[in-house]
Amino acid sequence: MKDFATLFTRVDQTTKTTRKVSALADFFETAAPSDRLWCIALFSGRRPRRVITTSLLREWASERAGIPLWLFEESYPIVGDLAETISLVLPAGEPAEDKPLTFWIERLAELSRADEDTRKAGILEAWEGQDRTERLLFTKLLTGGFRVGVSQKLMTRALSQATGQEEALLTHKLMGSWTPETTTWERLIEAEDPSADLSRPYPFYLAYQLEEGDDLGPATDWFAERKWDGIRGQLILRGGEHHLWSRGEELMTDRFPEFARLIDYLPEGTVIDGEVLAFQDERPLPFNALQKRIGRKTVPKKLLIESPVVLMAYDLLEEAGRDVRDQPFADRRARLDALVAQAPAEAPVRLSPNVSAEDWESLAETRAESRDFNAEGLMLKRRDSPYLSGRKKGDWWKWKVDPLTIDAVMIYAQQGSGRRANLFTDFTFAVHDGDTLVPFTKAYSGLTDAEFRRITQWVRKNTVQRFGPVRQVTPTHVFEIAFEGIQESPRHKSGVALRFPRMARWRHDKPVAEANTLEDLKEMLRMYG
Amino acid sequence: MADVLTFTDRGIYCPAADIHIDPWRPVDRALITHGHADHARPGMGRYLCTEGSAPVMRHRLGEIDVETVRYGERVTIGGATFSFHPAGHVPGSAQIRVEVGGEVWVVSGDYKTVGDGLSEPFEPVRCHAFITECTFGLPVFTWTALPALRAQINDWWRANAAEGRACILGAYSLGKAQRLLHDLDPEIGPILTHGAVENTNAVLREQGLALPETIRVEPETRGKDHPGAMVIAPPSALGSAWARRFPNSSTGFASGWMALRGVRRRRAADRGFIVSDHADWPGLNAAIAETGAERIFVTHGYTSIFRRWLEEQGYDAKIVETDYEGESLDDAGDQEAA
Repeated sequence: MKDFATLFTRVDQTTKTTRKVSALADFFETAAPSDRLWCIALFSGRRPRRVITTSLLREWASERAGIPLWLFEESYPIVGDLAETISLVLPAGEPAEDKPLTFWIERLAELSRADEDTRKAGILEAWEGQDRTERLLFTKLLTGGFRVGVSQKLMTRALSQATGQEEALLTHKLMGSWTPETTTWERLIEAEDPSADLSRPYPFYLAYQLEEGDDLGPATDWFAERKWDGIRGQLILRGGEHHLWSRGEELMTDRFPEFARLIDYLPEGTVIDGEVLAFQDERPLPFNALQKRIGRKTVPKKLLIESPVVLMAYDLLEEAGRDVRDQPFADRRARLDALVAQAPAEAPVRLSPNVSAEDWESLAETRAESRDFNAEGLMLKRRDSPYLSGRKKGDWWKWKVDPLTIDAVMIYAQQGSGRRANLFTDFTFAVHDGDTLVPFTKAYSGLTDAEFRRITQWVRKNTVQRFGPVRQVTPTHVFEIAFEGIQESPRHKSGVALRFPRMARWRHDKPVAEANTLEDLKEMLRMYG
Repeated sequence: MADVLTFTDRGIYCPAADIHIDPWRPVDRALITHGHADHARPGMGRYLCTEGSAPVMRHRLGEIDVETVRYGERVTIGGATFSFHPAGHVPGSAQIRVEVGGEVWVVSGDYKTVGDGLSEPFEPVRCHAFITECTFGLPVFTWTALPALRAQINDWWRANAAEGRACILGAYSLGKAQRLLHDLDPEIGPILTHGAVENTNAVLREQGLALPETIRVEPETRGKDHPGAMVIAPPSALGSAWARRFPNSSTGFASGWMALRGVRRRRAADRGFIVSDHADWPGLNAAIAETGAERIFVTHGYTSIFRRWLEEQGYDAKIVETDYEGESLDDAGDQEAA
């Protein structure tokens, strides 16, 4: 695994994309085919099946390190990564003979069939022979989550460099539900026909956020629709079956069984890009109705009735088995309209309404009504644009409605983890309720590194009381908290829960007395909840 | 019997001698462990420190009334006897031993137990009570051994120099910068220093410390006139306008925090070298064991976790709140060094 560890170190030691790409390309040119395939799998979120529970790993690592388990558990959140914590606490071992990446993955599969004592001995033996980087990587294979600063896009670029194939083609080849156990380097990368797999999705096109001052030219060049607050999904109807993919390339078919009926209503060889929304009486339900269904692999009947979903269709990628992504958006959308129009009202599919306008003023007015539709703003799509892959600037824009804001007082602070290990970054905020301060939300993001450093210095010197890792601080600082939505929540002391809260501004100009009140918050709940 | 030392809002206080150790507010008489800004502060009536700390304190604090002692020399003030012992933190740094009526307490200031080739090596002092920092008081912190560290830094320098790139290495101007200078292989190329580092170099050279030849970066200095240079600068200078004179360069940080990948990534430097002038986990535990002390006071760092660990090891351990800062990656400038 030394070559894989070297690849990791090279990628980890630079912030420059070109150097990361060349490190990856070197690996794709020199490693064994099975190691290459695993490398692609790991960097595209396909990890080996978890064979050992993380609680056992923690136990074994602390035992080997000679520290109590609680001390390991205290260290873990500060490091922010389980595999890294393990690699750091283990004492240095005796270097053993180098084995390829695939060897270790197969070794893990072998251990998964053994009894617990054999597994433990196998893992300890592996750790003993590895250096710190190899341990980190090996343990990451065990814990999953291989996020190491290599995006799929970057990996695809390197793969393109190493194989001479086009990036777009490779992106498509890498989509879908393959794993290194079900395919080979030869079949996945070198074979000609990427559509051999009927469930294979197209890469999603992602929009950029429209910022103040961006000039898009005449409003009539643009198709406008609501920006729905659901889950992006790609519905595939091929070979008499249906598949639903998430933007994260996760197959969600079983979570939303109602879409099976679409096979009867829409023609064979259709691929639709849209938004999965909880939907009732011809209007979207609040996001938490959908939330109930996201975490579940299968759905009980009751939930199907309480939170029914539809696909809010907004683009057509494949028609009658033909890839139509290079056609202008306006044409694709017209074909989509025709397809969806054939389906009866009971089919769980809707057309995302066209809210285009002649001028930007009217569009701004439409955007301002977004909350009434449980939408997050507008989407703008250039009428003559093809369907691109990935996040590319220019043709699709999200024009979000301004967030809701409230001025709140910081009352608790906690240190961050990982990237933010030695800074106070996790805060609890309160609003006034008579003479007391009622906590109502936490927020972690929105400040600059310099501001986090300043507040960290301040927290250290103004701690009133400690509750484990949490510090109660003297109420002094007011922050403007921005959020996307507000809902009633009996679980919270304040009675409300916010959606996507973050610190929009540090209000140095505001004294604590001028922060908002619980009454203000309840008023927002009445208006927007 | 009354405690030898107490903890006040001005600093660590010795009632028997009416003096403070490393106070953070002005007092009449202060004993100072070392010259970093969070331990040696301005405004004290009189200072007492080691011969090795005095020059840098004068350099940083200006006109001060300072008396010096040699390591191991005994000084009696009121009913207490004091002596200073090497802490291995930076050149001249000391632990302060206080004895009152046969009871011995030691204030360790900041310390490390492994040699850096430059500072007087840490010397364990037997005592009844030990006051210790625990900036890196977690089992995830173990420092790279000195020979491996030297190889890492010089390899990085050599590889960049070969491609005509400069290396800019961020390190505190007092202590860390000099120990790294000492680790560099001057055969590879020229060594340039930020003014804040070079000022401290001058003070330490004056005291007789052997440092390699360095070139001070002046306002008119241009990176391309010094191909393949190693540049040592305070962390805050990296990424600043000052660093733009070296457009084609690789950046690195030298800090104990670099042991954590997340922190390394947040700093967005090319390289992180795991090196600290504070004790790592094995160092803290070995130092505490060697004092033979039963009572331990932890001042700054991961105090609550470390206290619990010490209690489980059978110590009577307490946390005391102080204004000391330990090793911060986020110095606001040279004088903020820890």
